Amino acid sequence: MIDAYPIEVTVNGRKRSLRVAPHHTLLEVLRDDLGLTGSKECCLVGECGACTVMLDGRNVDSCLVLAVEADGGDVTTVEGVASGGRLSRIQQAFLDHGAAQCGFCIPGQIVSAEALLATNPHPSRKEVEEGLAGNLCRCAGYEQIIEAVLAAADPDAPAGSVERAPGARSVGSDPAATPDARVAPQ
Amino acid sequence: MRPFTYERPATLAAAIGILEARGTEAIALAGGTDLIISLRDGSVTPEVVVDVKAIEDLGATIRVDRDQLVIGARVVMEDIARDPRVRRDFIALAEAAAVVGSVQIRNRATLAGNICNASPAADTAPALLIYGAQVVAVGPGGTRRISIDDFFLGPGVCALAPGELVTEIELPLPAQPRGAVHVRRTRRRGHDLASVTLACAVLGDGSVRLSYGSVGPRPLLVTAEATVLADAGASAEAWSASLEPLLAAASPSARSMRASPEYRLAMLRVLALRALDTARRRLAEGAAA
Repeated sequence: MIDAYPIEVTVNGRKRSLRVAPHHTLLEVLRDDLGLTGSKECCLVGECGACTVMLDGRNVDSCLVLAVEADGGDVTTVEGVASGGRLSRIQQAFLDHGAAQCGFCIPGQIVSAEALLATNPHPSRKEVEEGLAGNLCRCAGYEQIIEAVLAAADPDAPAGSVERAPGARSVGSDPAATPDARVAPQ
Repeated sequence: MRPFTYERPATLAAAIGILEARGTEAIALAGGTDLIISLRDGSVTPEVVVDVKAIEDLGATIRVDRDQLVIGARVVMEDIARDPRVRRDFIALAEAAAVVGSVQIRNRATLAGNICNASPAADTAPALLIYGAQVVAVGPGGTRRISIDDFFLGPGVCALAPGELVTEIELPLPAQPRGAVHVRRTRRRGHDLASVTLACAVLGDGSVRLSYGSVGPRPLLVTAEATVLADAGASAEAWSASLEPLLAAASPSARSMRASPEYRLAMLRVLALRALDTARRRLAEGAAA
């Protein structure tokens, strides 16, 4: 049995030559060999999306990809989304809209949002919901996450104009909103 | 995950050679969205994993070849769900592919892998059954075509012989007007495996093709000629009476996951009536088929 296979993979724009065990996933190699711990290990069955990365321009669950399968591929993790020291439009929108609560799911949410807007720059609310359906948030902060993606897709829209689920409140557009205010009783 | 050897052959002949030589020690890897879960939980313990994604002979495209649409074994669900030819002529397949897992899953999972996995709940299976798909398999004995209805043998068991690989799935282009649809029942909105998954087609000649999965050991196909189920003007009572014998083959296990047999059978009737309604409307509108 061969213990390690040589692979060439571009990670966040940097070419890497690695030796990987065939039974190690892309997620394990990103986190353990490359120290890129933004992608999270969670359900390990492709339901939660915490490990989402882009592989050749498509968002995938890196816990369901062997590292050897990424040989020759181009991987973008959440660490590679910002460029030139500037947050991406989606990352900024997540901040502006208070989309991160505990934060654990956010790297995966952001990568899926980047993949969605790359193929569908002006999605409807329904398309955002479907595009992010593979990214679970146990804080249940979906409303702010969806608002952030819609706002990133249409940054010129006046605040509060994004489609909202019935009964949903926005906190992101209120600069005085504090974390405590966000969880205030209805 | 238990260690294994990894092979990534570039030709079909090489892949078949490895699979034949290693027998049950080897397993083919396509999208991996089922296999890697099984490798991790230890339910599958191969000595060698044969990644088929570098094999040029396994089509990576959807193409029209004479009177059929041919989907290559490397084509992923997301590309099937979005393909305009699939959406126009095989809408139930596009709808089924669009609900397999999440975007992340659909970006990896292949149609060929889905049928080889042979889950009774596979969402694409009913659509392939109503459209009369043929599976093209290549192995040590050469090439053969397997009717999709002969392909599913039981839970996790398909008709591939040792050393055989699916190279393509062929769908005959519609020879007459039809309306078709895929519907399913899940425990929750968002992505989930199906408690009932169903597709049907109402054809211009007054016949109906109905297929359902997750209500027995394998997805089933039933057909009816000159049936009131195709008649938009018939009564609800007449539809229910005609539908009943078509659902008689459903046999959900009491040990089955996700839903009780009673619930599945009840939802099967509801979904079938709704799907037939949509299919009749689509046929009348002459829209997607």
